[in-house]
Amino acid sequence: MDIFIAGVGGQGTLFASKILGRYAAEAGFDCALSEVHGMAQRGGSVTTHVRMDAKVHAPIISEGGADVLLAFERLEALRYAHMVKRGALIIVNAERIDPMPVISGAARYPENITETLKKQSGNVYEVPAAAIAAREGGAKTVNTVMVGYMAAKLNLDFGKLETALCAAAPPKYLDDNLKSLRAGYEAG
Amino acid sequence: MDKTTKKLALGDYGVARGAYEAGVKCASAYPGTPSTEITEYIGAYPEIRSEWSCNEKVALEVAAGASVGGARAIAAMKHVGLNVAADPLFTLSYTGVGGGLVVAVADDPGMFSSQNEQDSRFYGRAARLPVLEPADTQECKDFTVLAFELSEKYDTPVLLRLTTRVAHGQTFLTEGPRREIPVKPYAKDIAKYVMMPGFAKARHVAVEKRMGKLAGDADGFGINRAEIRDTALGVVCSGAVYRYVREALPDASVYKLGMVYPLPIGELKAFAGKVKELLVCEELEPFIEDQLKAAGIACRGKELFSRQSELSVNLIKRAVDKRFRNADGASVVTAPAPASVVTPVGVGMSASVAAPASVVTPDLPPRPPVLCAGCPHRGVFHTFKKLKLTVFGDIGCYTLGTLPPLEAMDTALCMGASVGMAAGFEKAQGRDAARRSVAAIGDSTFIHSGITGLINAVYNGLNTTVVIMDNATTGMTGHQNHPATGKRIDGSPAFALKLEDVAAACGARATVVNAYDLPAVENALRAALAGDGVSVVITRAPCVLLGKKEKGAAYRVNGRCVNCRACLKLGCPAIGSGGTSGAAGGQTARIDGGVCTGCGVCAGLCRFGAIESNSQFTMHNAQ
Repeated sequence: MDIFIAGVGGQGTLFASKILGRYAAEAGFDCALSEVHGMAQRGGSVTTHVRMDAKVHAPIISEGGADVLLAFERLEALRYAHMVKRGALIIVNAERIDPMPVISGAARYPENITETLKKQSGNVYEVPAAAIAAREGGAKTVNTVMVGYMAAKLNLDFGKLETALCAAAPPKYLDDNLKSLRAGYEAG
Repeated sequence: MDKTTKKLALGDYGVARGAYEAGVKCASAYPGTPSTEITEYIGAYPEIRSEWSCNEKVALEVAAGASVGGARAIAAMKHVGLNVAADPLFTLSYTGVGGGLVVAVADDPGMFSSQNEQDSRFYGRAARLPVLEPADTQECKDFTVLAFELSEKYDTPVLLRLTTRVAHGQTFLTEGPRREIPVKPYAKDIAKYVMMPGFAKARHVAVEKRMGKLAGDADGFGINRAEIRDTALGVVCSGAVYRYVREALPDASVYKLGMVYPLPIGELKAFAGKVKELLVCEELEPFIEDQLKAAGIACRGKELFSRQSELSVNLIKRAVDKRFRNADGASVVTAPAPASVVTPVGVGMSASVAAPASVVTPDLPPRPPVLCAGCPHRGVFHTFKKLKLTVFGDIGCYTLGTLPPLEAMDTALCMGASVGMAAGFEKAQGRDAARRSVAAIGDSTFIHSGITGLINAVYNGLNTTVVIMDNATTGMTGHQNHPATGKRIDGSPAFALKLEDVAAACGARATVVNAYDLPAVENALRAALAGDGVSVVITRAPCVLLGKKEKGAAYRVNGRCVNCRACLKLGCPAIGSGGTSGAAGGQTARIDGGVCTGCGVCAGLCRFGAIESNSQFTMHNAQ
């Protein structure tokens, strides 16, 4: 299974992939994660690749090969829609974060993103992850809500996912993250 | 899978763990993506004396000294850092080692966070050094351990070459215990370690003998291996590319190189003889391909692949599908059965690799990286733009000041180049040009290699204005300490270099201003530009992401906003349009209180007094 995570620098895509990597270990899969650090992180478009299967070779997901697109922002979902297979599971956080060219008036934020994505796949879900996170653990747990939501749609073993989260999260934020994971799972 | 010993980890961690298990006692590095985490991880091992060095040349020299002193040592850097360290590297090849010496270098094909995509393997050939290239985290560890053994066995530094996908990719790793290697007693040996011509001539003979022996032995190295499957197509590859090849061409025979220099030419000839067609898959330059062709081994390579960016499963499939076919015209590429844990809907992997038609329109607004909300560099760049300066820039977060809407940087070449370039610009354009131009450089970069440029400008009678954008850290690579932070790699206290004292000692006039106080920044710049001789203006304020910095109360837009959009020109991620605070209910600017750090730069710029601190507004610190 190939999960392509897209978001904006600072939204916690790396942490989401860390949870899924731990999950792969718990579930006995081979796994490869690929992430980007440095300049690319500064509020820019950020992607991480999560691959888990009986055996994984390539470090990154091929264009058109992802089974799941987990997008933490609507425009980023659209930007990476070409990464998924036809009919893939596309889960989009309903949030809109304007990139600098939109803020400065040099470009327009695209309209009807969800409708456009539905042309790619009949399997598109929009999640009010920010609202769920605000209710459960504070604004910073959007990533965990999204992972929980996806876990429900993919029928992942929730107990193993909780174990993975416990191993990945700093103790200080564990409770908020566990609550957010469950809330996301229940919403999914 | 045994979870007690296997863990998912970065390739960089694998290198660090390998150094630890190999009994390394000294590690030195200058941070650089994607190599930084190697030394961050090593820094956590108390058995290893590790450091952030001032630059890569110093890092390698420190490692060389430790090696002469009989300890195993590692220096880590990114590809462009190896250029800085090239001087010691080439002659270290002649001296050889005492304790094992490994240079880990991380290339960045695709330039995720770099100014070029040079291919470091050529350093191995040019400096006559063996080059190992791991493909995943386990190999990062295993090859690091092996590199130390080879270094001591063949009396040579060893290059360990990574690429971004290996360094910043995570795969499973099995850890082992540390092996303590006793420090060898030091014995003076001037014929080996003093490279004056007479001795160096003899050592060059030793180098060539060593490389000849390594080339001969390479045929028997376990890390070079032939995997014979279908013999219609054989692929020679290494590193991350091996993993793409295994997925793209699961039935093809593969020769996996663990050592990419010198090559096991005998085994490669034998492999070529077993397969009908031979393909070399490698990222960037035809480094392996050219050597095979020089050895008379017919192969195809760069005629099918670009020298730019990364390879991928799809690129390899497409190239092979187009150019290599069986006699019956069928592709030799066979599709693996999808073994996904979810049931894929729609197309799976197919031999023809028809990527699904994308719904994405090509004109999506890009999302370039931006300076953080509250970044102390922002107001300084705004001032550069206001004064219409030509800005010779440098390498760091502040390189982002080049992009709209700030657009306040003219050049970015390499670490430290800003100062020398500003001096050369004055030589070309004349004295007046120095009144309209500055060199802009970060604190860590100034220490890395800006200081010599400053000394040079003073010495040669120029009138350069150098702006040190001092945010008290190495920001872009994730907040490493440096000599002016007063802390070492482990956080222990150190002498804190004062940049204004350094500037004065170099013979420059130095001024220090608060980076958020834009009138002061502007006055200091005007004075520096007007004066004769070299001036240094230090704009000082710690990086907004440093933990110790407290967030101020957020600002907000009030009813006086006339939607002039001047504040939007700062490129602050906290400021957007589409607010409705205007008295007339029209569109205004809008400040996101959760993102704003209260730096106040925008409030200082607003001519209408429409941006005000809301001290009643309690910061909602969402952890």
